[in-house]
Amino acid sequence: MSDFILEAENVTKVLGRGAAQVHALKAVNMSLSGGELTVLMGPSGSGKTTLLSVLGCMLAPTSGTVRVCGHATDGADAEVLAKLRRDHVGFIFQSYHLFPTLTAAENIQLALDIRGTHGEGARAKSRDALEKVGLIHKTASYPRELSGGEQQRVAIARAIVAAPSAILADEPTAALDATNGQAIMSILAQIAKDPARCVLVVTHDSRVVSFADRVIYIEDGCLVRDEHGGPTR
Amino acid sequence: MPLNLTLASRNLFQDRLRFVATTIGIVFSVVLVMVQMGLYLGFGQMVTTVIDHTSADLWVMRHGTKCFEDPSLLSASKQTRVAATIGVAEVLPLVIGFSGWILPSGEITPVFIVGSDLQTLKPWNVTEGTVQALSAPGAVAVDRSYFERLGVSGLGSKASVRGQPVSVAAVTDGIRSFTTTPYVFTDLSHARTYTGIPSTMESYLLVKLRPGADIEQVRRELQASLPDSEVLTPAQFRERSRSYWLFGTGAGAALFAGAILGIIVGMVIVAQTLYSSTKDHLDEFATLRAIGSSNGYIYSVIIYQALLSAVIGFSLATLIGFGVVEFTRSGALPVLITPMLILAMLVLTVAMCIIAALAAILRVVRIDPVMVFTR
Repeated sequence: MSDFILEAENVTKVLGRGAAQVHALKAVNMSLSGGELTVLMGPSGSGKTTLLSVLGCMLAPTSGTVRVCGHATDGADAEVLAKLRRDHVGFIFQSYHLFPTLTAAENIQLALDIRGTHGEGARAKSRDALEKVGLIHKTASYPRELSGGEQQRVAIARAIVAAPSAILADEPTAALDATNGQAIMSILAQIAKDPARCVLVVTHDSRVVSFADRVIYIEDGCLVRDEHGGPTR
Repeated sequence: MPLNLTLASRNLFQDRLRFVATTIGIVFSVVLVMVQMGLYLGFGQMVTTVIDHTSADLWVMRHGTKCFEDPSLLSASKQTRVAATIGVAEVLPLVIGFSGWILPSGEITPVFIVGSDLQTLKPWNVTEGTVQALSAPGAVAVDRSYFERLGVSGLGSKASVRGQPVSVAAVTDGIRSFTTTPYVFTDLSHARTYTGIPSTMESYLLVKLRPGADIEQVRRELQASLPDSEVLTPAQFRERSRSYWLFGTGAGAALFAGAILGIIVGMVIVAQTLYSSTKDHLDEFATLRAIGSSNGYIYSVIIYQALLSAVIGFSLATLIGFGVVEFTRSGALPVLITPMLILAMLVLTVAMCIIAALAAILRVVRIDPVMVFTR
């Protein structure tokens, strides 16, 4: 078994059908190790989010192999992919996607609840996660009572609370001002220091590059540059 | 409280207007079904009320008798043959039949005469007068609820039946006839006069068995010796009467049709509101799916919503149902709500709401978690 947390081997992804068919990913190879914050950059429509979706087991590749913590996703159905996400991946979204009817703490507990962790144990882990993102004082606040930056920090807490090996973030700073964007990236960089965990941030915000251990550029579905010595094969 | 239940309840109560509409729909549906089934039970009980209050072990009747009110007659000579059967302790004739009650004003109204030995079958719930007084010439018992119809006001009131003067000697409370024709209880000989049934004929023979006699064995022996008659246990006769009035006349089918309509209306309303609630929360379900939730977890949220709707709707409907029971208690056809009916309604409501959740579940199954990146 390899030491990589996420691996893509010759991954292609075709979206749409007939005349609307688009080759979103073309023979992509990449591997992500623990202890790294990787930034995936590229222009709109370059395939960033598609690659994130494929690596995060939300989309099955058209061809090629994706491995998550050594588990290949070949032939996996929707439930198996969901289990891989549940067991190994934490997601952070551009528009937070918090549940408006749940408090900050409950939003985080939900990530544990779907994994079968309930009760006091879940509440304690939820509080720890909120503490890590500096929001322990907002435990009982609803998303509508939080600023954009605070909501994104709750989303980060939700992503890390079950201690997944991979944290995948899609444009996590896009909806935030510079100060909040910096704060979010600082938290993600801190998380990436854990050698058992990799963080992949998809963005076209060049300000986040300073937080990255590694920057991969994608254009037209192909990885074109991998800075800081990453293995673009 | 489990978090999926918390999420379900908050999703449900978030849009109050929709929640109220859903609840009204369920309440309407459950009340409709409950009242229809309550009428069915009430009707079923009313059509057998005289059989229920008769202390006979076996009923002998003319072959093909459909129900208690059937005017078919038996030859009185059979009484001797029945009495001679091993295991039989006593045989008592019963005479029934429609007749005309002539009010003091001269107006005539139909009544149903029940004439017996006043032991095996006697009027119950007697509130004024006595059963023993019915042995006197012209003495009858009538129910208080029919006073106005019969033009009487209580004990001692006079009228005539088939040209014979009668006097109210006992008043009962709650003996109502589902045919709306009042029961008039009297002794056997007077009943013959009021119905015109001669002493050579009987409506029924009521059989009492000796202690320890095998009821089924005696029934078979009697049946074998009376080929043109039928010998039924009270349970069998009850079932036959109920079956005739409820299904032979179509009354039961009409009640069931109303109940089925209620179920359909309820299911459509719950399905529609759950589906629209699920559509409104599609982003949340997609997020759940994206962060790794199993389909089962998402279904549990929808099913909890359905169950909460069911329990709330059912509770309110049951309260209304009891109100209907009170309202109809003294009516021509009381609604009867039994604990078993309440339990069955709870199961039905829950099943109805869960089946209604299927449309929402089918919608959620098609969710693509990738949509979280585009919203």
